[in-house]
Amino acid sequence: MTATDPAGVTYDLRLYIAGLTPRSLLAIANLKRICETHLAGEYRIEVVDLKQEPGRARRDQIVASPTLVRQLPGPSRRLIGDLSNTERVLIGLEIAPHPSVQEVTTHADEPPVRP
Amino acid sequence: MTPGPPDASGSLALLPRLDKIPTGIVGLDEITGGGIPRGRSTLVVGSAGAGKTLFAVECLVNGAERYGEPGVLISFEESGADLAQNAASLGHDLRRLERDGLLLVDHVHLERTEIGETGEFDLEPLFLRIQDAVDEIGAKRIALDTIESIFGGISNEAILRSELRRLFLWLRERGLTAIITAEQGTESLTRHGIEEYVSDCVILLDHRVLNKVSTRLLRVVKYRGTEHGTNEYPFLIDRNGITVFPITSTELSYEVSAERVPTGVPDLDAMLGGAGYYRGSSVLLTGTAGTGKTSIAGRFVEAACERGERCLYFAFEEAASQIRRNLAPVGIHLARWEDAGYLRIHATRPTAFGLEAHLALLFRRIEEHAPTVVVVDPVSNLVSIGSPLEVQVMLVRLIDYLKMRRITTLLTGLADSAGDREESGMEISSLSDTWIRLQAVRTDGRRQRTISILKSRGMEHSDEIRELRLGPGGVGIEEIAPDERHAPVSAGSAGP
Repeated sequence: MTATDPAGVTYDLRLYIAGLTPRSLLAIANLKRICETHLAGEYRIEVVDLKQEPGRARRDQIVASPTLVRQLPGPSRRLIGDLSNTERVLIGLEIAPHPSVQEVTTHADEPPVRP
Repeated sequence: MTPGPPDASGSLALLPRLDKIPTGIVGLDEITGGGIPRGRSTLVVGSAGAGKTLFAVECLVNGAERYGEPGVLISFEESGADLAQNAASLGHDLRRLERDGLLLVDHVHLERTEIGETGEFDLEPLFLRIQDAVDEIGAKRIALDTIESIFGGISNEAILRSELRRLFLWLRERGLTAIITAEQGTESLTRHGIEEYVSDCVILLDHRVLNKVSTRLLRVVKYRGTEHGTNEYPFLIDRNGITVFPITSTELSYEVSAERVPTGVPDLDAMLGGAGYYRGSSVLLTGTAGTGKTSIAGRFVEAACERGERCLYFAFEEAASQIRRNLAPVGIHLARWEDAGYLRIHATRPTAFGLEAHLALLFRRIEEHAPTVVVVDPVSNLVSIGSPLEVQVMLVRLIDYLKMRRITTLLTGLADSAGDREESGMEISSLSDTWIRLQAVRTDGRRQRTISILKSRGMEHSDEIRELRLGPGGVGIEEIAPDERHAPVSAGSAGP
């Protein structure tokens, strides 16, 4: 993927949370780990706390927390949940696993996911 | 615990008094004794097209426009534009209400294909979203239409269920009066069984075909801590929105009168326990053409005027002049009572306008003239402008209205040509307290009119078929000689 935004990143991700709950913190940690592993240097993360900006839940059509929205590359995609299931996150964001990471592709106990 | 003094008002007083707020939906607030529970959730269940969304919209619009309670509509299905368009066809301007800050529509857009699930989550943003909308306009009412759609967008049912349970508690803690709509299910009341969480008031909307006529029916399945009508009530959706019709008057409490009103025909009074109709009752008079319905109605009105009572005569078949002319040969002269201001005759062609407009007009005339006696002659002609069921519900409303005002009502109905059907086609017989049948029979080459009382609630009455005589001397009734009797008369409690 070569399309980039003005900031020079391929993946522009926005994570919506509702307050700094343990689940929100887990989602942030999971997202940083996945991005660092698979998208190092290619991503940007913005965290939106809906407790601070309640109007954005309506404006941005958010119902669940955490919700991850892939802004770029388009078209936008949405994932809900704390991002603990790495394989689903990668599939959901259409990220090819980094070649050096074996544990993700050999994860056999995960249920099949729809693309 | 110290036992309190015996309560004379009975067990009703033991029920916790639920504060109710009016929905503003015509008829529903009567059935529920005041509306839906304030600060609680009401579940409205129905299949697609049953009118759930309209129900929710009406509650919010009425709340905003008439009861000073702004409302939030969280729509999980229709967009704000679609809602506004649909509501406009029913006379509601949602956009104006939104501009005036009385309504806020939030369309929650959920598409399953867009959303993948990667772990645990909650619906806190939905809560924040609702809170934000409620705060923005100071909403007192809220509708979630149809929250079950969320099951189509998110697959983790266990989380959704616990979150919905939390949501309904949360709404209640905030004192919001909520309308929750849900699809009707096959195994449980709602498709996803959410009635388990919303249980203060459950209303079922049904749409089915009865007697080849498409009919909408409403039923209050449950209303915790309050008495309510449990029947199915027909309702209409037209340009005035939803109108629910209480079909039977049995649940409505009238002050039942023991006072009698003479029929104007002493012989008929004699057949009715010697004293005539009950004050405030409804009397049905059926018969084929020319059997004397209008004569009996005319005498009833004339006698009331003679006693100084005010009367209204609604004519749906003949012009007022025709009624006056036809009654003169029987010695009934209505014109002088009209001149004296006691009687008003309103002749209207049934097809002049719809049932609702007729009813509104009847109400207006009744309010203007304040009569104690009303005649509708004949009600059967109204069938030309509505289905039997629609006419029936209209008459129920009319009769309820009249009873509430203790107005004695005489309805005439044209029976079919055989004249011997024991039902009046529209089932209005069940609504009337007294049912008198007129017939034309041939005996020894002579045409004879007969009169009999099929029922008269709460009084002893004659069970004989007698002869009705109409002539210059007036209206009279005579016993039929035994050899002339054409129908067996059952032995039993003959009237005095």
